[in-house]
Amino acid sequence: MWLNQFLLLGALLFCIGVYGVLARRNGVMVLMSIELLLNAVNLNFIAFGAYHGTPVGQVFALFVIGVAAAEVGVGLAIVLLIYRNRSSIDLESVDLLKG
Amino acid sequence: MVAQNIFFAIIALAMVASAVRVVTSKNILHAALYLVVVLAGIAAQFIITGAEFTGVTQVLVYIGAVLVLFLFGIMLTRARIGREESVDGDRRWLAGVVALLLFAVMAYALVDAFDTEALDAQNALEPQSTQMVSDAIFHDYLIPFEAVSFLLLAALIGAIVVARKE
Amino acid sequence: MTPAVLFASETGAIAAESAGWFLKNAWVFPAIPFVSFLLILFFGKRMPKKGAEVGVAALSLVFVCALAAGAQWVSHVNSETGGHGAEPSADTTHEDDAPSAAAHATVKAEVEPGAEQAEQVHHVVHPVVTEWKSDWWTIGRIDFGIGTFVDGQAVMMLFVVGLISLLVHVFSTDYVAGDIRYTHYFAFLSLFTASMLLLVLANNLVMFITAWELVGVCSFALIGHWWEDQQNSNAALKAFLTNRVGDIGLLIGMIVLFFTAGRGESFNIIDINVAAASGAVSHTALLVASLCLIAAVMSKSGQFILHTWLPDAMAGPTPVSALIHAATMVVAGVFMVARLYPVFFSGLSIAGSPINALAAIGAITTMVGGSLAFVQRDIKKVLAYSTVSQLGYMIMALGVGAWTAAMFHLMTHAFFKACLFLGAGSVSHACNHSFDMKQDMGGLRKYMPRTHVTFLIGTLALSGFPLLSGFWSKDEILAGTGGFGLSEGANGNYHLMLVMGLMTGAMTAAYMTRCYWLTFLGEWRGADSPNAHHGTHGHDDEAVAVTVLAHHDDHAAEHDVAGAHDSHDAHDAHAGLPHESGPRITVPLMVLAALATVASVANIPAAFSFVPASWRLRFEHYIEPKSLYFPKLDHSEFSPVIAIISVVASSIGCALVVLYFRKVQAGDPKATELTNGPVSRGGLPKLAYGVLVNKFYLDWLYTDVIVATVKGPIARGANWFNKCVLDAIVIGAATVSKRIAGFTYAVLDQQVVDGVVNGSGIKAAETGGFLRRMQNGRVQGYAALMFGATAILAGVLVLAI
Repeated sequence: MWLNQFLLLGALLFCIGVYGVLARRNGVMVLMSIELLLNAVNLNFIAFGAYHGTPVGQVFALFVIGVAAAEVGVGLAIVLLIYRNRSSIDLESVDLLKG
Repeated sequence: MVAQNIFFAIIALAMVASAVRVVTSKNILHAALYLVVVLAGIAAQFIITGAEFTGVTQVLVYIGAVLVLFLFGIMLTRARIGREESVDGDRRWLAGVVALLLFAVMAYALVDAFDTEALDAQNALEPQSTQMVSDAIFHDYLIPFEAVSFLLLAALIGAIVVARKE
Repeated sequence: MTPAVLFASETGAIAAESAGWFLKNAWVFPAIPFVSFLLILFFGKRMPKKGAEVGVAALSLVFVCALAAGAQWVSHVNSETGGHGAEPSADTTHEDDAPSAAAHATVKAEVEPGAEQAEQVHHVVHPVVTEWKSDWWTIGRIDFGIGTFVDGQAVMMLFVVGLISLLVHVFSTDYVAGDIRYTHYFAFLSLFTASMLLLVLANNLVMFITAWELVGVCSFALIGHWWEDQQNSNAALKAFLTNRVGDIGLLIGMIVLFFTAGRGESFNIIDINVAAASGAVSHTALLVASLCLIAAVMSKSGQFILHTWLPDAMAGPTPVSALIHAATMVVAGVFMVARLYPVFFSGLSIAGSPINALAAIGAITTMVGGSLAFVQRDIKKVLAYSTVSQLGYMIMALGVGAWTAAMFHLMTHAFFKACLFLGAGSVSHACNHSFDMKQDMGGLRKYMPRTHVTFLIGTLALSGFPLLSGFWSKDEILAGTGGFGLSEGANGNYHLMLVMGLMTGAMTAAYMTRCYWLTFLGEWRGADSPNAHHGTHGHDDEAVAVTVLAHHDDHAAEHDVAGAHDSHDAHDAHAGLPHESGPRITVPLMVLAALATVASVANIPAAFSFVPASWRLRFEHYIEPKSLYFPKLDHSEFSPVIAIISVVASSIGCALVVLYFRKVQAGDPKATELTNGPVSRGGLPKLAYGVLVNKFYLDWLYTDVIVATVKGPIARGANWFNKCVLDAIVIGAATVSKRIAGFTYAVLDQQVVDGVVNGSGIKAAETGGFLRRMQNGRVQGYAALMFGATAILAGVLVLAI
């Protein structure tokens, strides 16, 4: 097995996730795409950990899983709040920053 | 090794296909279910590389907890169950361009740097035991670990504060 | 916390063997109040005394430990210097046979050139350094560790902080009794103390900055304790934001030190000090670093032009003011200069020069603070400006090389200023929680005998009355300036500093006499006396009205606010005349007054040969570091001439004020100012008064001039940028193209170029329309830009490397 097959898979997942983050209008779907990003990163951690033969890769993957759990919790709470205030989670209608 | 490669290829194909469906499906519930496939695939890849503990944690946390959270989120925002035409923005082409550009750069960099380096050349793919992982977490990385636990606590409180009704 | 678990490679206590337990385990000092903070925060409300008992117990423990540490430090110094010998003897071998000592361990190889210097240092007293290195935080060659660095200076601060904080805790149990956030208040007092102790014991710059910021946060919380009132939360914000200004200086200064004196490897204070003292670091680097750090001192220690937050910080409860002004917060800046003294000593070329930035800032601050204290009606503000002035003294002392004098003054000032602040609190406790001396006080001598006596002692000590502690410490500073050759053995010849110091001495005596007189002498003018507001509509208000900007002068509003909040219902029994406060208020006062009286024995001048040698200059002997990490200082001798001049100056200042009030109160014992005094007659006195009342217009300068001129354009600029910069670029491009086109049209073949030019113009306008859409406020659009830009930049980097 190559190291690169994991890394390229991770890169591909990451880019699919980026596409999702940018293209989706639904807040929950954006959050799902962010999960793809985080998992792609985890795959890299694990692959490099195996490559160097240390458990540190796993340790950081576990940290990322923990942080991702926190992120989903807060993210969904924010989406709920947006929904409650605007009766919609369409991110294109959230444009208060418009210049 | 061949068996591992075959497994890798099958799982990777399934993952990429599902991931594409996650970001293109018009049905939000289907997207969530495709996400399960991707996450399970990630867990399988972890196990292939010998990171069993992390793989199991991945299944527990992501498929067990995060996915359920997503389903709750979908339910609470009263999304339509079924096809919905307005889930995609009108500038998908820009997103596609950016993603392709990003992938091109990353793929070039990775191939350039690691080319065909074997994963198991220097360190035979020994499963890294859970003991090693726990030793690392609770010895060298104790303070980051505590920081993560604090972060979770803060996120818990923050999520409650943000989401509760006045 | 057990180091063995947290840090794999505990480097162990590299402390001298003779050092006692408290010196090696100094982490207990910040740990105790921190634990107390957590206990009070989480369980305080359920405790019988609402958490106050935990705070008082913790601080008692800290104080006892500080005493023990002090005793152990004394024996440590004695064992390192070989007994009580006051006469320094060339004991250089001692340096070599103390292999376990800290200076050796930390000084490492880089100080081999400093070895000759070591021979000049007579008694080397090694500080006690304990350090834990971490495994998991290593960047490059830098190991981030935490540790404690205990030397005489730290031990002295432990004692002062522990004592003042304990007394403030005891005082507070009565003073803020019944407050709505009583528990919260005690929790933050504990955290405040913990932060200050951490700052005192920090052995590297990272820890130091952390503690420094923690102190700032706690002061923010405590100044804004009664945050319901806009005034108070504004004061807290002002304190915090003014400190941020200086913190930038601190950060830059520390970074400069890290890369020069620390050679990019070490944050360790001892390493940096040794490098700075040995002359191995370029002078320019040290100069830059010390100038940056001076900015931090200016904000934290309330030095002139950034001192404006300090008087406003009076919005906090009075015990907090006492704590801030005596032991924590404002002395942090002085402590920092003293801690990194070699940096300043070399960077500013303190030895042998007539003036430098540090001394000048200190001297100006003493004058500014002293003059502003004259026009305050609020007793706490008088004391606040007095603190500004006295901190200026300390900074000036450090600036002229009188390190020991500065530290000594820090200690004595802590005693008498805490005494005065707590006394002011006691007074306001009795006077319906007002702080207005002219309106609600006067004649309190009869009603509050214990407060009166302690306040008088504090006043005398601050004014430099002979034989009280303030006299000795101030005299040491003045002698340390070495001005006009009046004192022997000073480091430089700072004539100007001596003059300004003496003038401030006279001013100090004068404004403290005024404060004392208005508060304790004359007749009571409080709310219950028949004509309460008699004579208070004086020239204050007129003078203010005359001045162009009367915007910040709202004495009345301020003290009404403070009064309203200070009045926490439990003392509604103020129907009659003022009364003496309870023992929990008066006992701390008496302790502090006693210390303010006797603290002078700590540093009896060497010239007093009638005192046994082992009693003279004890402070200098035990507190001043004698090691490679400290510059070789000269010590000035006690100068009778300066002492006499300063006493005469103070007496004149005092006498003028006494004469003035005699005249004022000759007809009416309740009057507070002359009806036709110079201020009301206009002209120069009136102008000067207006300037003083408006605090030299500094607040006006900051808020109305600097902020207003900067804020508007920046906001408009940002708006303009957001809205039309892209359009403008594009339109500009189009215009330029069109001009070029016109030129070409006239000169070259119009038929050929015309189409191209029009095309480019149109294209440019179209691009503008397209680019304008980027600013559409959609988060995803911005994310797309971010990802795209990252990809392009990463691609450039990958291809370039």
